[in-house]
Amino acid sequence: MKRIVFQWIATGLAGFCLIPWYMTDSGFWRFRWLGDLTLSENAPALLQVLLHGRFWLAGALIALVAAAIVQIAVKSPVRAARFTAAIAAAGLAWTMLQGLIIVRSGPRLFHDLLANTPAETGQIGFGAGAAVTLLGLLFVLTTAISGMGRGRGDAFVTGMIGLIVSLVGIFVFYPVVHILISAFQTRTGLFDLALFISRFFDPEIWGIGCLIGQGGCGPAINSLILAIATGAGTTLLGLAFALIFTRTQFIAKPLLRVLSVIPIITPPFVIGLALILLFGRTGAATELFSDIFGIEKSRWLYSFWGIYIAQMLSFTPIAFLVLIGVVEGVSPSMEEASQTLNANRWQTFVRVTLPLMRPGLAAAFLLGFIESLADFGNPLVLGGNFNVLSTEIYFSIVGAVANPARAATLAIVLLALTLGAFLAQRRWVGTKSYATVTGKADSGVHVGLSAGVKWVCYLAALPWAAFTAIVYSMIIFGSFVKLWGYDHSFTLEHYIRAFGTKIRDGVLKFSGVAWDSYFTTLKIASIAAPLTALVGLTTAYLLVRQNFRGKSAFEFSTMLSFAIPGTVIGVSYVLAFNFPPIELTGTAIILIVVFVFRNMPVGVRGGIAAMSQLDRSLDEASITLGANTFTTVRRVIAPLLGPAMVAALTYSFVRAITSVSAVIFLYTAKHNMATTFIVGRVENGDYGLAIAYSAVLIVTMLAVILATQLMLGRRRLRRETRIEATGTTGARV
Amino acid sequence: MRDGTGKGSVVFTDVVKRYGDVTALKKLSLSIAPGELVTLLGPSGCGKTTMLRLIAGLEAATEGRIFIGGEDVTHLSATYRRVSMVFQSYALFPHMSVAENVAYGLTVSGMSRAEAHAKAEDGLKMVGLAGFGARLPSELSGGQQQRVAVARAIVLEPEVLLLDEPLSNLDAKLRRRVREEIRQIQQDLGLTTVYVTHDQEEAMAVSDRIIVMRNAEIAQAGSPHDLYQRPNSAFIADFIGDANLVNCEVLEVGVQTCRVRVAGQEITLPVGFAAQGPARLVLRPHDLSLTTEPGPARFPASISYATYLGSQIQYTIHGKLGNLFVIAPPVHTPFRAGDTVHVALSPEKAMLVADEPIDT
Repeated sequence: MKRIVFQWIATGLAGFCLIPWYMTDSGFWRFRWLGDLTLSENAPALLQVLLHGRFWLAGALIALVAAAIVQIAVKSPVRAARFTAAIAAAGLAWTMLQGLIIVRSGPRLFHDLLANTPAETGQIGFGAGAAVTLLGLLFVLTTAISGMGRGRGDAFVTGMIGLIVSLVGIFVFYPVVHILISAFQTRTGLFDLALFISRFFDPEIWGIGCLIGQGGCGPAINSLILAIATGAGTTLLGLAFALIFTRTQFIAKPLLRVLSVIPIITPPFVIGLALILLFGRTGAATELFSDIFGIEKSRWLYSFWGIYIAQMLSFTPIAFLVLIGVVEGVSPSMEEASQTLNANRWQTFVRVTLPLMRPGLAAAFLLGFIESLADFGNPLVLGGNFNVLSTEIYFSIVGAVANPARAATLAIVLLALTLGAFLAQRRWVGTKSYATVTGKADSGVHVGLSAGVKWVCYLAALPWAAFTAIVYSMIIFGSFVKLWGYDHSFTLEHYIRAFGTKIRDGVLKFSGVAWDSYFTTLKIASIAAPLTALVGLTTAYLLVRQNFRGKSAFEFSTMLSFAIPGTVIGVSYVLAFNFPPIELTGTAIILIVVFVFRNMPVGVRGGIAAMSQLDRSLDEASITLGANTFTTVRRVIAPLLGPAMVAALTYSFVRAITSVSAVIFLYTAKHNMATTFIVGRVENGDYGLAIAYSAVLIVTMLAVILATQLMLGRRRLRRETRIEATGTTGARV
Repeated sequence: MRDGTGKGSVVFTDVVKRYGDVTALKKLSLSIAPGELVTLLGPSGCGKTTMLRLIAGLEAATEGRIFIGGEDVTHLSATYRRVSMVFQSYALFPHMSVAENVAYGLTVSGMSRAEAHAKAEDGLKMVGLAGFGARLPSELSGGQQQRVAVARAIVLEPEVLLLDEPLSNLDAKLRRRVREEIRQIQQDLGLTTVYVTHDQEEAMAVSDRIIVMRNAEIAQAGSPHDLYQRPNSAFIADFIGDANLVNCEVLEVGVQTCRVRVAGQEITLPVGFAAQGPARLVLRPHDLSLTTEPGPARFPASISYATYLGSQIQYTIHGKLGNLFVIAPPVHTPFRAGDTVHVALSPEKAMLVADEPIDT
């Protein structure tokens, strides 16, 4: 343990003495800062203290040196660990506090105390040196904690817990706290509870005019109505699909599978776009109905109904996926028991199957509810006069009059709604589950549907499936048409404009307008995906395999970011990371960070599922054979988790490409993303190019998924044959 | 012989293990001598596996200290303890070959690959699996996998070998052979071994000493012979071998004898006992006989069931002593259900234990 502590003390000292403490203008990796280390901007903390009078930075140095002295001087290992932990914790706290107190404009607090010092000139955001120093201090702290006998004395485990808690703290909780702060803040920077209450309960947000027939509703009520309608609709349709999929002899089941995968690779606003091509003023269906039935062309799509249809199309497949599991989870023996007790199929369905599925249906409803509230792309494209919270937040930040306080208040309202649903799902549905999957082999056969139920399902689901197919075909079709609604002649113009290449002077030039954002997106997604998988699977490992105090709180906090809508994350990142000490807006880092922490819960869930299937004695065997935890993870767990890793990688890659809600607040001209680029085209009415670009994105993601599926398929086969063979004899758990 | 400092010794002093509110081990002290094979025996949930995991370092003691080879390892993580464990599920790494599995512990502690594989081959030879190194664990039978797990544990030359129900996944015929092999290897290497099982016959067969556990504490420790012949409680009497427990009353206590009243008769037993008052008589099924004649220390009863098993006949009888289980040698004309008999107990073979409930 001593050796590890010294390694991290050395790391911390290196960060303090050698690397620029603050963010350098030219970035870190170009190493321009090596040119003049004495500059106020480039200097490492040691020189900052010595040359620029920034004495408050010395706290970290004092802590590191004190930790080293304690390690050398104190003989009792447990006592040394305890002192070291205290010193490192103090050093961490001090370093973070100074960053929060002394900002760019000078000290935020203690003005009198810090008068006439270099603090008055302020400081810029943490840079590489600060990051390395803080990391060193953090790991000195966690290693010392393991030395106190926590985490079974395993420095790797305590280190990972410390790291993930810190990351979640900085990138999930810290920004959310910023939202709260700015909602409470008056224009002069004071805090006012009454002001917050008046802002929160503003009738402009909660207006119910539309319900009592006097004008429109506030965005909160609109969002709620939409979310309830979408939750109920997707659950019913999803149930119909799930029943067809699991309980009938329906021929085209593989097509239903495809239907369930498609939305994952569809950027969120694409459905809205396709709907515009169909039902907009110049849409195909609109023209058709107008020609045949003489129905007046109108802008009805840009209202509640448009968004509702788009959300139903987007989220029904998700409900379908959830409900397949629910329907399959009903134990066949219960249904068989009901039948042997002389109930017919209808009675069995209504009195046994349906009640057993109730918690699952509630879960699907809440999921649809949360997805609808968080949805940003569809309302942005189709919103018109129907204001919902997610888009209102956006317009409060980027609109004609930027109003961060209003954005923060709306964000809190939205957060309260999604968190409420999220908590309801965990507390209520989680505990009330009639888990009929017992782990005992259940050899019964599911009861078929009664004729009535079957036809209701077919009538509901099949037209909808056909409609979905039409909507998606619009995406392909629309991209090859010159000007939708006016000139339907075939053209490749949109693709050439977006993805054209030229050879000039023998060099290939990517002259299309979309290349820039396309490459940026791929680059950022490929950096974010492995990080997401790593953080997600590490968290899953800690949750499944390690016991520590506060584990359930730890789990909750890692799942929390799932319930925070992208727009809320976006606003909170703008509010939190636009200023020192952590100044990330405008960089590519913030885009990567936002992807990692938005998509992490999926990696965690996947990792937990995969890891639960690995017998715990495998790691314990490795440990008792003298391997440390890190070696165990590297040589035993990681190889056996291959498929889960690939799945997490693919998923986070795809999510990073399709995401728009958080990104739209954070992208810059330098780091434009595909989705934000497309949204920009849509806002300019350039539907052709937007659709063509969307089609290319979908094809790109399909290619990535298929490639990984092929790889994954092969690997899984090999692994399963092996595991199954040992499993029969070796895995009596 | 039992010193707590030699290489391979294991000592617990006042070890307590709690999971939240649940106490898995109550203030437990024990000492295992180098080279000894000790079995931890008990019903499920008695704390025997917890003890094993505490020795391995897979769990940390809540209180107390643990010494291995005289060194305090209470806070030492499992990685650094010179202890190897054979898991109930064997826990062979499915993605590594047999040789890689056996060599794993050697390579992770820094031995070169070639050297580790040579030692692994030696280990496989010792368990009779020479030449199987290139196979995957899934290509071996259950018994072979079990031996790979043993080989993987012993090539590390641990101070203490831990076996967690090593036979529970083998079929009945294989068990006897494998347990003899394990005992042989243990004796050959002189390895201190701690063996967890819930099967008392297995424990009797392999152990130098058995520690019977019950409700998170040690109920009794001793040689197999001690436990069978001198149980200190009704629980032990019932758990080690079959026993009929009959309520009685101790009338007089002497140094070597005592008088008890059972079902109206007074009998003198050649055993000492602590206190007068209610107690329980332990009657092994083999030590009871059935006759048609009444007499002293004989009690009338009727046969409820008679089961012919070839080598023996088992009777369940009901009478003044309550329900009894009797094993009799086969005779040409056995008793049949409904027959009235007298059950004779031999006072020199009866044992006395305190009157306390045996169910946990």
